[in-house]
Amino acid sequence: MTPKKIPSEIPAVDSKANSVLREIMSGDPVRIGLSILLGFFIGAVFMVVFNEDVVKSWSNFGADPSYALSTVWWTIQDGYGALFSGSVFNLGADNFIDGIRPLTETLRFAAPLIMAGLGVALTFRVGLFNIGATGQIMVGLAGATFVSTRLHMPAIIHMLVAVLAAVLCAMVWGIIVGILKARTGAHEVIVTIMMNYVATSLFTFFLRNPGMLLEASGGGTPKSDHPDGTAKLGALLGPDFNLHYGLILAVLAVFIYWWLMERSTFGYRFRMVGHNATAARAAGIKVENTFIWALAISAAFAGLAAANQGLSLDGGLTTSIEAGIGFDAITVALLGGSRAGGVVMAGLLFGAFKAGSSSMQFAGVSPEVLGVVKALIVLFIAAPPIIRALYRLPVPGPKIYEAAKKAKEAKVIK
Amino acid sequence: MKLELRNITKRFGALVANDQISLTLAPGEIHSLLGENGAGKSTLMNVLYGLLQPDEGEILIDDKPVSFSGPGDAMAAGIGMVHQHFMLIPVFTVAENVVLGHEPTGVLGTLDLPAARKLVKEISDRFGFDIDPDAKIQDLPVGAQQRVEIIKSLARNAKILVLDEPTAVLTPQETDELMQIMRDLAKSGTSIIFITHKLREVQQVSDRITVIRLGKVVASPSPKASASELASLMVGREVDLNVKRKAPKLGAETLVIENLTVLDDRSHQMVDGVSFSVHDGEVLAIAGVQGNGQTELAEAILGLRKIHSGTIHVAGRDLTKSTVREVLEAGLGYIPEDRKKDGLVGDFTIAENLMLDGSYSAPFAKGVQIDFEARDRIANELIQEFDIRTPSAETLAKQLSGGNQQKVVVARELSRELKVLVASQPTRGVDVGSIEFIHEQIIAARDSGKSVLIISTELDEVLALADRIAVMYRGRIVGIVDAKTTREKLGKMMAGIAA
Repeated sequence: MTPKKIPSEIPAVDSKANSVLREIMSGDPVRIGLSILLGFFIGAVFMVVFNEDVVKSWSNFGADPSYALSTVWWTIQDGYGALFSGSVFNLGADNFIDGIRPLTETLRFAAPLIMAGLGVALTFRVGLFNIGATGQIMVGLAGATFVSTRLHMPAIIHMLVAVLAAVLCAMVWGIIVGILKARTGAHEVIVTIMMNYVATSLFTFFLRNPGMLLEASGGGTPKSDHPDGTAKLGALLGPDFNLHYGLILAVLAVFIYWWLMERSTFGYRFRMVGHNATAARAAGIKVENTFIWALAISAAFAGLAAANQGLSLDGGLTTSIEAGIGFDAITVALLGGSRAGGVVMAGLLFGAFKAGSSSMQFAGVSPEVLGVVKALIVLFIAAPPIIRALYRLPVPGPKIYEAAKKAKEAKVIK
Repeated sequence: MKLELRNITKRFGALVANDQISLTLAPGEIHSLLGENGAGKSTLMNVLYGLLQPDEGEILIDDKPVSFSGPGDAMAAGIGMVHQHFMLIPVFTVAENVVLGHEPTGVLGTLDLPAARKLVKEISDRFGFDIDPDAKIQDLPVGAQQRVEIIKSLARNAKILVLDEPTAVLTPQETDELMQIMRDLAKSGTSIIFITHKLREVQQVSDRITVIRLGKVVASPSPKASASELASLMVGREVDLNVKRKAPKLGAETLVIENLTVLDDRSHQMVDGVSFSVHDGEVLAIAGVQGNGQTELAEAILGLRKIHSGTIHVAGRDLTKSTVREVLEAGLGYIPEDRKKDGLVGDFTIAENLMLDGSYSAPFAKGVQIDFEARDRIANELIQEFDIRTPSAETLAKQLSGGNQQKVVVARELSRELKVLVASQPTRGVDVGSIEFIHEQIIAARDSGKSVLIISTELDEVLALADRIAVMYRGRIVGIVDAKTTREKLGKMMAGIAA
């Protein structure tokens, strides 16, 4: 039989806002890589422009141009060099243990970012823009702190109960959002922002209340007791390093997330709802219940991040222990394209920023440059056309046509 | 005014949507542009209307080359376009809509509404349009709204009218009226480009026909050509327009609907006391012009839409209050009218799309894990069986053509254990080859003893498939008639006149 020819059909064009949103959430690795590169480049410009040596040398540019240029180079090298030696390997260290310590610090900072980032990523893939990780972490911290300071149990069991408490408390917070969204149609962005305020204030309230979390010798400041040694996440690599068992939690979380989203039928339905909720509904899926499940599981990941924070320090806790993780988690999820592997990479990058900022400061470079770099990376990811224009990348559209055309040719050859 | 398109080529990336297309339009001529969905008709017209710039070729008006950088230029040159989806503001009156964008103004720039009214009245009277300038658009029937669109173009002195699939939303009677209007306009010297894929209409009204296939002009048949000749040219091979089928072997009444009333999201009563039943081994087709409650009826049967009153039974089981999943698991297959919205996940692969409503149980699920091996095996089997043209099962659904997308939906639904098949617009936006195939599959389902309910606004499709026809008008069943009923009678029923 001669192959039948079939007419080509041009795919319907999406509205611009829709297609851009999908592009942002889908996270094309090339575009993300270029965004990071551009972020670092503009960060370098900041370092150079605000460096006194550079400014001075450039005012005498005519007298010694090579010196002026070399100051630019040295400033960038000092700054990013300090970031490297503060976050990956300290080349100036006397022994290997000191040399590798920055890397373990990066891992320590990355662990909670990865866990919370996975939570946010999960909701992204269900099509929800969840920014409630902060609140979920706060509530999770309250639960973990209560167990670790007020209850007394044998080692390991105490720690596991405390982790579980953090996860369950955070899940309650997530489920509230899910139910409000599913039953009343409230928008999750607004609900999660408000729930963040409530959670932060609630945690502070608990910390002030002697019957709840306030330290025994407590004064006026809202601060908890030291957690019991039995409840703490122990050191992973011995006393020389700060790295603790939170990293193991993070590794487990990454595996669970990957299995849930890529292998299980739950994840399949989550993704279906995220890509096309009306088709999911017509396929017999209760979209509203899916939202509740997704927000609950997402919050459980945030709860793990809370456990990581609440059970790793020696001293008493204040609300500052949250350390902006809930907010960074959104960025990590975006940067990681909501995939398990991507979130790990993004979490490591942001962990490195946190680990390296102090050594940048020692090197005389303001660590706020890193804040600029972080924000710019996200900005570029959020506006795909900027990156495409700068690097002259093709618009994704024609690719589809080509693929469709190839599809036809493939069949014809067959 | 004479129009000539010379060697127009338009590319989108690697896809050549228009390949060296040439066509001329003499004054007072009706020139039909015939081709399947995606053949490049709309692209060509968007080039003519200044919405797209051609990569090669030129447009000549009265033998002078012109170039349009936007619809404004095209309108100024005397080209008017009536889009498939009307560009009217529902709360404005006819007169307000007609002058929108080039309003006649009085002193101090106020709107001169009497002048607008006079303009509408004058055009309406000249061509016997019977349009009240003060009527609000939302109160007018669809056919009248379309005439308002035509008036809009004529009010801007259009000498060339482009009608893009104008009959898709019309009843057969309204279609006949439109044909008459087109002839009258042509007689008065207006040239018309008539874009359609409906052969009957092309035969009725054309002075000249150009067939486009895969972006190229393939033939200019005589207006006297037969329907099957035109269809063959359009598709590029012999086409059998008649679906072969045996007499139905009726079984039990499996789908029974009684006194069904359904409200839409704004609490309008869209389905109003509808009762009918479908036997095993039978195709019941619901005919009617779009928007008469068919969508809501289908959604109610599936359980997507809450039922206000009445009952739905499948094989004796009451599914009136069931969830979608319960309805699907009770053996109802559903082909939605809008596959992109309700039938497919564009960003999923074909394999993933083929398990859309099967993720809860075997063979696709093994416990709470997806059985990837079974999924891929079934996908490859269905791709073969349903002739889905794709490089692999891993291709994203959105990269397929409309016909192949629809085959994915049909394959998924027909491969389940079914008692009843509900198919809404099963071949909308699908190429002729795929239409043939999907129709064969539907008849095969009927012959294997399933109850089949077809909901279609295309009378041709209804007549090709149905054993009985129920006509729906304003939420009610006007009558249920047998498949030998004439077009004229069905047309009257579709306009609400009981049999």
